[in-house]
Amino acid sequence: MKAAKGTVFKYGDNVDTDVIIPARYLNSTDAGELAKHCMEDIDKDFATKVQDGDIIVADKNFGCGSSREHAPIAIKASGVSCVIAKSFARIFYRNSINIGLPIIECEEAADAIKAGDVVTIDFDTGVITDETTGESFKGQAFPPFMQKIIDSEGLINYINSGAATN
Amino acid sequence: MSKMTMSQKILAAHAGLDEVHAGQLIEANLDLVLGNDITSPVAINELKKFTKEGVFDKDKIALVPDHFVPNKDIKSAENCKCVREFAKRNNITNYFEVGQMGIEHALLPESGLTVAGDLIIGADSHTCTYGALGAFSTGIGSTDMAAGMATGKAWFKVPSAIKFNIVGKPSKWVSGKDVILHIIGMIGVDGALYKSMEFVGEGIKNLSMDDRFTIANMAIEAGGKNGIFPVDDIAIEYMNEHAKGKKYVVYEADEDAEYDAEYTIDLSTLKSTVAFPHLPENTHTFDEIDDIAIDQVVIGSCTNGRIDDLRTAAEVLKGRHVAEGMRCIVIPATQKIYLQAMEEGLIKTFIEAGAIVSTPTCGPCLGGYMGVLASKERCVSTTNRNFVGRMGAIDSEIYLASPAVAAASAVTGKVSEPCELGL
Repeated sequence: MKAAKGTVFKYGDNVDTDVIIPARYLNSTDAGELAKHCMEDIDKDFATKVQDGDIIVADKNFGCGSSREHAPIAIKASGVSCVIAKSFARIFYRNSINIGLPIIECEEAADAIKAGDVVTIDFDTGVITDETTGESFKGQAFPPFMQKIIDSEGLINYINSGAATN
Repeated sequence: MSKMTMSQKILAAHAGLDEVHAGQLIEANLDLVLGNDITSPVAINELKKFTKEGVFDKDKIALVPDHFVPNKDIKSAENCKCVREFAKRNNITNYFEVGQMGIEHALLPESGLTVAGDLIIGADSHTCTYGALGAFSTGIGSTDMAAGMATGKAWFKVPSAIKFNIVGKPSKWVSGKDVILHIIGMIGVDGALYKSMEFVGEGIKNLSMDDRFTIANMAIEAGGKNGIFPVDDIAIEYMNEHAKGKKYVVYEADEDAEYDAEYTIDLSTLKSTVAFPHLPENTHTFDEIDDIAIDQVVIGSCTNGRIDDLRTAAEVLKGRHVAEGMRCIVIPATQKIYLQAMEEGLIKTFIEAGAIVSTPTCGPCLGGYMGVLASKERCVSTTNRNFVGRMGAIDSEIYLASPAVAAASAVTGKVSEPCELGL
């Protein structure tokens, strides 16, 4: 069973890729370097406070803007185990699946969970539990095809496995 | 009987299917895969992980270093070197070096690489621009670009669509930028999330190709998967001029195609529109705008760096001078546009007005270089995003507007429309 557990960083609507990783750092493709500046323009303490396993919870349209894959790469490299949002911008959603950053759409969870809560996620069932309040939520399941990409830990592995041409 | 939109028909044809429906997952064959100097290095690195080496078709990949080019620093230079060497190793036909390079979404249509009926993915969110010519084109990330380069295929979830019925004729200073800002203000930055935006109606004949490129370009700013126009005489004339000999296919929506929503946009009622910080949906017209002093104006980008845009800006700036202390930066989007602007005397007008003219680059739009903002500075920009910190300091401000408004603002030193200059 795949699962995650961590403390929540909470953000609002329309968290764009420019605040997730500002373009002034896009001259680097190094994941560790990008992680140092993750969320810098919206939450300057994020990179120093975030710990392995922590979870980002946000409102609607998370990851809007640019197609830069550096955005989910920076989040993943900063140790975040999952992003939960009411909705995701299309390219960010694709990029996250393609690089193996777990993301879940769940409006109820995004409304109820507060910054600093400890949350666990069971990726097999899509159940999100706020351990601080005891509340549980059901995230939206991925279509089977996308689940296979996630299970392969990214698009390249999925294609290499031959599954894509079957 | 099928009930497909333009976008769905293109996707069906490239997936080898007679019919597709919204929500269906398909795998489709690509006509072009695009990347730039920011996204390609990540893709090239991913490509190394493939068990099968090489690219699917050296003629169907376009590599355009344009964001931090000419190289702004050593790291950017290394990224460009990585792209250049990859292009050389794989004999990529459409690699554009400094000198041929332009801003990708102006350069590719101008070079005849994008035509009606094509299915195009690009590792740049503004890849949706080519819908202006009746192509299905959409932005993706670097891993999808790598997979596209290796296999010539990509997976898509077939989008539903919103129909924008365009009617009427715009007034003198109202352009494609005002049309798309008006629409984003109306439906919001996620108003078309995952959907196609199909722009149709008798009014499109009153929109030039450059207006249409601007409109399709900013579909992503409403969350759209793609923006698309039907192929009319104006589009065909453009393709005949720029894409001689390249076969194009015209797809029309079925009469009973289904749309999630339909809006009518009357061009004759639109006014100059400005998106205030920090979202493209925060739109205002001048009857609601007080004096807002500004420090810089940028006229350029994949949204508004084309010849029509420069002509409009020059018409406003001709015989005038930018306000004292104002930095006005004009960036023709391609070498061809630059040359044409020179031949038409536009560059002379800009320089005489106290503006500077830069070689093609995305530079200032994303806070790269060539016009980065300091703390608390304000910029009127013809670019596409006004997010926090997009052009520099996190407490700087960007006001998105048309070339006419940007040029007028450069003269007055505040957010202004051309009529304030007696135009």
